Amino acid sequence: MLKIDNLHVRLGERDILKGFSLDVKPGEVHAIMGPNGAGKSTLGYTLAGRDGYEASAGSVSFDGQDLLAMAPEERAAAGLFLAFQYPVEIPGVNNTYFLRAAYNAQRKARGEAELDSMQFLKRVREKLSVLHLKDELLHRAVNEGFSGGEKKRNEIFQLAVLEPKLAILDETDSGLDIDALKAVADGVNALRSPDRAFIVITHYQRLLDYIRPDHVHVLAQGRIVESGGPELAQQLEEHGYAWIRDRVAPEAA
Amino acid sequence: MTPFLDSLRQGFDALPAALLDAGQLGAARRSAFASLLHDGLPPPRSERWKYTSLKAFERRRFALPDPLGAANPTCDHPALAAIPAPRLVFVNGRYDPALSQTAALSEGVSLRPLSQALREDNAGALDFLAQRIDAADEPFARLNAALALEGAVLRARDGVQAQAPIHLVHVGVNSADEGTDLAWHLRLSIELGRGAQLCVVEHHLACSRHAHLANLFAQVRLAEGAVLHHVRVQDDSQAATVFNRCDATLAGKARYQRLDLELGASLSRNELNIALRGAQAKATANGVLLADGTRHLDTRLNVDHAARDSTCELLWRGLGAARGRAAFHGGILIREGADGTEANLSNKNLLLSEEAEIDTQPVLVIHADEVKAAHGATVGQLDPGALFYLRTRGLPLRDAQRLLTVAFCREPLSAVADSALAALLAAQLDGRLHASGAL
Repeated sequence: MLKIDNLHVRLGERDILKGFSLDVKPGEVHAIMGPNGAGKSTLGYTLAGRDGYEASAGSVSFDGQDLLAMAPEERAAAGLFLAFQYPVEIPGVNNTYFLRAAYNAQRKARGEAELDSMQFLKRVREKLSVLHLKDELLHRAVNEGFSGGEKKRNEIFQLAVLEPKLAILDETDSGLDIDALKAVADGVNALRSPDRAFIVITHYQRLLDYIRPDHVHVLAQGRIVESGGPELAQQLEEHGYAWIRDRVAPEAA
Repeated sequence: MTPFLDSLRQGFDALPAALLDAGQLGAARRSAFASLLHDGLPPPRSERWKYTSLKAFERRRFALPDPLGAANPTCDHPALAAIPAPRLVFVNGRYDPALSQTAALSEGVSLRPLSQALREDNAGALDFLAQRIDAADEPFARLNAALALEGAVLRARDGVQAQAPIHLVHVGVNSADEGTDLAWHLRLSIELGRGAQLCVVEHHLACSRHAHLANLFAQVRLAEGAVLHHVRVQDDSQAATVFNRCDATLAGKARYQRLDLELGASLSRNELNIALRGAQAKATANGVLLADGTRHLDTRLNVDHAARDSTCELLWRGLGAARGRAAFHGGILIREGADGTEANLSNKNLLLSEEAEIDTQPVLVIHADEVKAAHGATVGQLDPGALFYLRTRGLPLRDAQRLLTVAFCREPLSAVADSALAALLAAQLDGRLHASGAL
């Protein structure tokens, strides 16, 4: 589904990703862990197509298409979704209106029929009940005045409505208390399916207690330095990122 | 003498003396006109006219509407048809009884065209017309003092709670004689008694493309505890010139809730002076400046806090597109002794084209000690972070820009409490934004 090969990304004067490779198949959940400054958020922004995050080398193919050549909205229509670490507040834009416009824009881009407001509202209410979210979320402006937890839940709600093939969660656990973390994880677990893959970017192992990954990768200094199963996350939790540095250092030398 | 003043002098001299003298106002009118002729229009160096040059305007000639002439030109504008009663309609500056409807007015509310009040009332009831305009840099207020023979007189008795908005509609129609542009001068006087509550909506609309000049002067007086919702939608012809001024005076605990949508005209100058004279008086004045095409908009707010615990909230959004130009002056004066005053001014502007220009100037002058005053003015582009966020959800760039621009311009509409009216205004604003090509 997603094949990242030897990706290099430069931001201004700094090389952030330096030969990042990853292969994600449908239904898989990959966790990307790493210390601050390892390039975790850069990975998310690059895959979603943010201006200024251009690849200087390497390739990314998504369902056989050259992802890096696509505009952000084309990536969305192709089935890619990024849950932001810091979701943007958009005063004056109603959450439901925004989501329907986005959903229909994606369907239009794929040559599918658009939903009218009644059909869309029905769909939205189904998703709300699956995620145990309150109706009032629909009537508020996008993320405006939301608490940290509400913003993250709104990201998962958007994920549920838009039903992407690949969802990238960028530190969705940051700033959440344990109840909010569980609620967000429950939402993600409810959306797991054999056709949908997840890339869960996180600093802490904590989230992975609730979202069980198939693969865990450690990102350090712009590339994956260690891959393994869920037990790798456990080891990191016990030994800290210094343990990885110790293992990477001899190789670098 | 400039062609502008010369043309108006001819018009003034031709007016029947009986009209000028009605309400014992003849001396005041002649004196206002004489001082205007003496001082002329303000030069470009005048501080109040810094952003609006009158040089090209001064070379134009205008005729006054014939107060005794034949019937008004007809107007079947769909926007006019959509405006409900009660309403007063003025076509090319003249009251149009056939298009006006005042039967549905609430008990305790009276609404008459000024021409009728001039015939019926004694001089004391018309004192608002006798206000002297001394400053040389207020030429259009002087012109209005000299020439306003039409307008509206709206009164609400103590304690009246009127629900349905009252509409005052100014319609411009191309003259039968196409070479002649008209200049009309209307005076609006709105006075609310203690605890009275009212909603007034002013509309400027064009029935056909015209290049007339509308010079309006509104005087609002709110007695203690009165609440006035005052909306003004200026959507005049692309070639029209509009000078609007509103002076509002609030007694204690009175509330003035105002919204201005500046969407049309070629040149529009809007001056809003609010005096908070009584303790706990509160003014909200929001607005949208849509400067697209080659439009020139100049808005000046002056809020005068002269009493304790008075509040003002000013939220303005400007949009500069194509070769549009907007100037915004937000003046707040907090006088000595006006402790406990709270004043907030926000003026954010979006520049959508390199040839558009926006000037914003917040001016806070504070002579009291215990006050909370904040102001913020920005000119910029759409937030790239918000655009990216919307695009990652699937919205194409153009749609994302449109969504953010509409939301930006809609923010000031929060001043309108009546939800049906707010929806109507939002639709009108959106329609103009789409038609403007700014989106």
